[in-house]
Amino acid sequence: MYVFFSNPTYHHPDCSSREITMASIVSHLTSSFLSTPGFCRPSQSLHQSQKQMRCTRKSVPRTISASIDLKPTPYALDALEPHMSKETLEYHWGKHQRGYVDNLNKQIEGTEFDGKSLGEIIIASYNNGDVLPAFNNAAQVWNHEFFWESMKPGGGGTPSGELLELINRDFGSFESLVSEFTLAATTQFGSGWAWLVYKEDEKLAVVNSSNAINPLVLNYDPLLTIDVWEHAYYLDFKNLRADYISTFLDKLVSWTAVSIRLLEVQAVVALRKKADENIAELDAIIATRDNDTTEPEDPDEY
Amino acid sequence: MALRTLATRKTLGALSRFPQQLRGLQTFTLPDLPYDYGALEPAISGDIMQLHHQKHHQTYITNYNKALEQLDDAIAKGDASTAVKLQSAIKFNGGGHVNHSIFWKNLAPTKEGGGEPPHGSLGWAIDQSYGSVGKLIAKMNAEGAAVQGSGWVWLAVDKELKRLVVETTANQDPLVTKGPSLVPLIGIDVWEHAYYLQYKNVRPDYLKSIWKVINWKYVSEIYEKECP
Repeated sequence: MYVFFSNPTYHHPDCSSREITMASIVSHLTSSFLSTPGFCRPSQSLHQSQKQMRCTRKSVPRTISASIDLKPTPYALDALEPHMSKETLEYHWGKHQRGYVDNLNKQIEGTEFDGKSLGEIIIASYNNGDVLPAFNNAAQVWNHEFFWESMKPGGGGTPSGELLELINRDFGSFESLVSEFTLAATTQFGSGWAWLVYKEDEKLAVVNSSNAINPLVLNYDPLLTIDVWEHAYYLDFKNLRADYISTFLDKLVSWTAVSIRLLEVQAVVALRKKADENIAELDAIIATRDNDTTEPEDPDEY
Repeated sequence: MALRTLATRKTLGALSRFPQQLRGLQTFTLPDLPYDYGALEPAISGDIMQLHHQKHHQTYITNYNKALEQLDDAIAKGDASTAVKLQSAIKFNGGGHVNHSIFWKNLAPTKEGGGEPPHGSLGWAIDQSYGSVGKLIAKMNAEGAAVQGSGWVWLAVDKELKRLVVETTANQDPLVTKGPSLVPLIGIDVWEHAYYLQYKNVRPDYLKSIWKVINWKYVSEIYEKECP
């Protein structure tokens, strides 16, 4: 079963502390996940103003909007200075991402994609590799939303807790992850992205992808991304992609966001396993009942 | 500054005729530009030209040479898997060197004929195939703007069919990857580094402007060689 992954709500450090426990996430996901046909939408209707950083519970809106929105960045456009300039955000979010949103809405109006969630459009337009025109814009909208939420003012540092444990387990050390992620980002020829992902075998891995391709269509759960299209770094770093990548890792990356995403993925995996167990149990009961021909059916037994 | 460039051009001109020879392996050096960095303004800024030439093209050459040395080594050792693994680096960096070498020759300052439309057999062939130079430009600009991510838009001549062709390639794939008999006439770089500092996200504006500095004289020479 393929798991579609939504963007987490940005938890601003000024929020009153909320314990992010497995239980709270599972209970939240149960209601939203099992009721939405297959996907969690990115929380498009959370129109956070750029200056306002509210604490919001992760909520998956049930209303269907006819068009895709330009989701505000989780922080003001100058909040990542001096590591990523306001000018870059103004163009990257205000022109490039806005362009993808506007062009996507033009493409899907009146088609079977109209009214669908971004995630649904991405999977359907990827069309198992035989890509339809809407894919590029849809995937790029999603990728950029995920990218902004992969960073925060005062980012960098090192991960901790469960995330660090898995990093040590699957990469040997945090330094080794940094090295591999840097290499993937540096050697992505042309435009594209580098990702930290959670795979089906429940291991972490680093992958890179070209142009608009993202882990959703590769059947991985994305945890972190860096945009290595030239427009992401050219105004601030010119040709020096390597400097941009190390600045991203030293000063911008939000390991908090990555940890939250990891917990969400693990919760979904646990839910799925429990569901599979329940089904297996039910199958066993039914099999027993069907084999048992000597006793008459007694509805009170169940 | 012009004098210094002239002197450099002379010296490097001599050197580039004799690519370095290391242990019999031919490696490459950055070809000099036939004009100053600022000479293509306002169509392409001097900043962009300098970065594009001294940093981007130079990096392709540096990495191409490195890949060639590693390939040479792998071949000598009979290490087939390394040789194969190097192919993408060779295609990318070698392609980058080939493509940019063509690009610099495709451009000329307006006072040296840049933008002057083609006459002679190429002008005639364009009118036959596309209706007019203006229509060809519109077609190339539309295809160039539509390139997803990084790549190039080309005017080519198919040397077998003696026919003009408009093509696009992704990343640094050389034109031959689209057809072995395609000879590049004009290549326009639509990687973001080719225009971002000046035109930002508005690639169509860059494509409109670049035609003011296209060196049609050089393009005609190439065409006439393939289609005499």
